[in-house]
Amino acid sequence: MHPALSVILFSTLSGLGFGLLFFLGLGLPVVTGWMAFAAFTLAFLLAVGGLLASTFHLGHPERALRAFSQWRTSWLSREACASVAALLTMAAYGAGLVFAATRIVPLGLIGAALSICTVLTTSMIYAQLKTVPRWHHWSTPALFLSISLAGGALVAGQNQITLILFVVAAACQSWWWSDGDRRFARAGHTMATATGLGQIGAVRSFAPPHTGSNYLMREMIHQIGRKHALRLRAVALTLGYAVPILILLAPQHWALTTLATLSHVAGILASRWIFFAEAEHVVGLYYGKRG
Amino acid sequence: MTTLPPPGKVKLGLVIDLDTCVGCHACVVACKGWNTENYGAPLSDQDAYGADPSGTFLNRVHSYEVQPEAAPAQIIHFPRSCLHCDNAPCVTVCPTGASYKRAEDGIVLVNESACIGCGLCAWACPYGAREMDAAAKVMKKCTLCVDRIYNDNLPEEDRTPACVRTCPAGARHFGDLGDPDSAINQLVTERGGFDLMPEMGTQPVNKYLPPRLKDKAPEFDVLAPYLTPVTEARGFLGWLDRTLSALPGARD
Repeated sequence: MHPALSVILFSTLSGLGFGLLFFLGLGLPVVTGWMAFAAFTLAFLLAVGGLLASTFHLGHPERALRAFSQWRTSWLSREACASVAALLTMAAYGAGLVFAATRIVPLGLIGAALSICTVLTTSMIYAQLKTVPRWHHWSTPALFLSISLAGGALVAGQNQITLILFVVAAACQSWWWSDGDRRFARAGHTMATATGLGQIGAVRSFAPPHTGSNYLMREMIHQIGRKHALRLRAVALTLGYAVPILILLAPQHWALTTLATLSHVAGILASRWIFFAEAEHVVGLYYGKRG
Repeated sequence: MTTLPPPGKVKLGLVIDLDTCVGCHACVVACKGWNTENYGAPLSDQDAYGADPSGTFLNRVHSYEVQPEAAPAQIIHFPRSCLHCDNAPCVTVCPTGASYKRAEDGIVLVNESACIGCGLCAWACPYGAREMDAAAKVMKKCTLCVDRIYNDNLPEEDRTPACVRTCPAGARHFGDLGDPDSAINQLVTERGGFDLMPEMGTQPVNKYLPPRLKDKAPEFDVLAPYLTPVTEARGFLGWLDRTLSALPGARD
């Protein structure tokens, strides 16, 4: 799949922002006044910034309001609804902490639940797609949620939980890669089933329908950068997980936490890039570009 | 509304005969022509006369080589377009309700004025039936020529999809696949029409007819008995044979 920069930025930054909002909602830590202002501003910048970035890949962003209407069937619509609900709830909860030094516990808990629901809906946009076997798996939500929670805990300064969550996220990520490599073959989609010509014999693409490129090939048969996939996985594992874990083992200091966060974000950006670049859409079968 | 309607009685669709298709791409051109000039945003081209031409098409014709185990390879031309699935994944993923399936005839359409151009429906389609138009920035797909098939301003013979109307080989058929007695459905039954990627669970309405089985070329030996009398020829042919054989340079 084509790794669109706007979607990579969105899912990375928003994931971190909503992860942070989750912990703030739970009262881990309970902050008030200027500290609360700083924490909520950071969380909102990440979450809202990511959401804004995601609108850049829309053909008609001026119609984005319509995307709130189809929550009954569409995970993308559910994501829009959940994100706005989470942001509004957390804004009210944050306002109480910042301006009145009052913690409205139920509001925080609801906000935390909505924040993590938003990350879940984001992951389901990909996990629902049968057409991309690498994504169509329960472990895709697990991956997104574990990364979001680990990043959120890190920024929220929850060192003990952070360490556990980072180990869980790293394990999730490693397994998602190794198992993901086998999912296309396991799903059983082949040129034979795609064309229905398999009972006659072995099918091979003889002539493509067009000599130039088209939307399908640019969007879904993206192959650039696959050769760097292994190196990028190493970069993502090192920066996204190993470096923050090592820093967390050292004595606590705000500068070190900042460094760990920056390293984590860089690693997750790399991980998200290959999340798209490596994903193989079944339409490639019609072009003889799979397996 | 992106909720799929309950399965309707009428299921308009296409049946494509892979035995008959000659791969001329006339359906591609007719489709592009009609759908550029009529309903919805035109199907744009980018760099049409340059080095890297690209454009939006609702129908594409692939050519495959199929190699049976013990027979010569076959070339099979394979038109690919929207299958108007009963369980259309492109419809339910749409966040705005722009993508919908009509309850009355099962046609899957895009309301272009509600499309935000997110591209998720194209991702959800296994068949590559949807293409985002690079100029209009909205999703384009086969409409089954909804502006032809019900169009009273056209002569009756033209009230079929442009691809069907133009096909010089008669490889494309249009009709109601929900009616078990329709001619098109009988064709599907007779010829063993099949679904593309049935394992996806999309329940396509459109069907493909497989290439007919090839007969085998007779073995050369069967002619041998008819050739043998030449050596035992009598009469004029026998005299000719003997005379010619006696000439210098004759092989026996």
